[in-house]
Amino acid sequence: MIAVVLTTYMSWWLVIGLSAGALAFKVAGFVIVGSRKLPPPLEHCLILIPAALLAALVVKDTFSSAHQLVFDARSVGLAVAAIAAWRKAPLIVVVVLAAGATALTRGFT
Amino acid sequence: MSAPVRSVVVSSLTLSGAVGVFGISFGVLSVSAGASVAQTCALSLFTFTGASQLSAMSVIATGGTVGAALGGALLLAARNFVYGLALAPIIKGSLRTRLLAAHFVIDETTAMTTAQSEPRLRKIAFWTTAIALFLFWNLGTLIGALLGNGIDPQKYGLDVAFTAAFVAMLAPHLRSSKGRQAAALGGLICLALIPSAPIGLPILAAGLAVFIGLRRT
Repeated sequence: MIAVVLTTYMSWWLVIGLSAGALAFKVAGFVIVGSRKLPPPLEHCLILIPAALLAALVVKDTFSSAHQLVFDARSVGLAVAAIAAWRKAPLIVVVVLAAGATALTRGFT
Repeated sequence: MSAPVRSVVVSSLTLSGAVGVFGISFGVLSVSAGASVAQTCALSLFTFTGASQLSAMSVIATGGTVGAALGGALLLAARNFVYGLALAPIIKGSLRTRLLAAHFVIDETTAMTTAQSEPRLRKIAFWTTAIALFLFWNLGTLIGALLGNGIDPQKYGLDVAFTAAFVAMLAPHLRSSKGRQAAALGGLICLALIPSAPIGLPILAAGLAVFIGLRRT
């Protein structure tokens, strides 16, 4: 099991672990805890998970290549995505504009 | 069909269609990160929570370990727990119905359901979004996974599709000042750790930023 966790290629264990874990969270909140109240401090922290993690993912996927911090065409894509998202464009529009801008930047450089 | 019901159904279908197109890029990227078509489709069918699937495959794509990919993705999946709390008083039924409904407790169904004012419209919004989104997301994933090996993601800028999607999902969380602080801190922790920490760990460590929620405003 430990050996699987340390591998770096895709495996069925990731599919199974993620599916079981995601379902456990969904069932725990929706079916088990249901309408009961959580302690407010815990709730205040849980609600911030997407903000913290999504920001980290954006930073990693834009400014890094393995352990190197880099600045390349992907930054242009990020800037375009940020503007589109700020203007409340739908998800798919944000994705298409950012991908297009990145591809164009690569074409010119 | 009454006008309010029609409007709910139309917006559910529009949202699901867009998510389906996005499912195509998930399929392409998952396969190019090294997953098989079957693994990619299994993720969409059984994990069925987009941001976690994307985050797991984004860690694998950049050479992170399975453990790191799983850890970050599970932290992201934890928000479905919070959505469950919000939806439980709205979507009732037998235990079997609720266990089935639980699989569909994700960002989009929560947003669509809580946006309605009447209890009846909320139920309609939940179930139409759940079913349409499940169908489109999985169909999109399959198409993308089959196309996957024939496409060079870099050429079309598809490698930033994940990032762009994360930005779009992040935007609503930046409306509150606590959300902005958590995002800034999470991003900084990640940047600071990238040069030295094992791949995937910076994402997990960024999760520590949520403790900013304990500060009084």
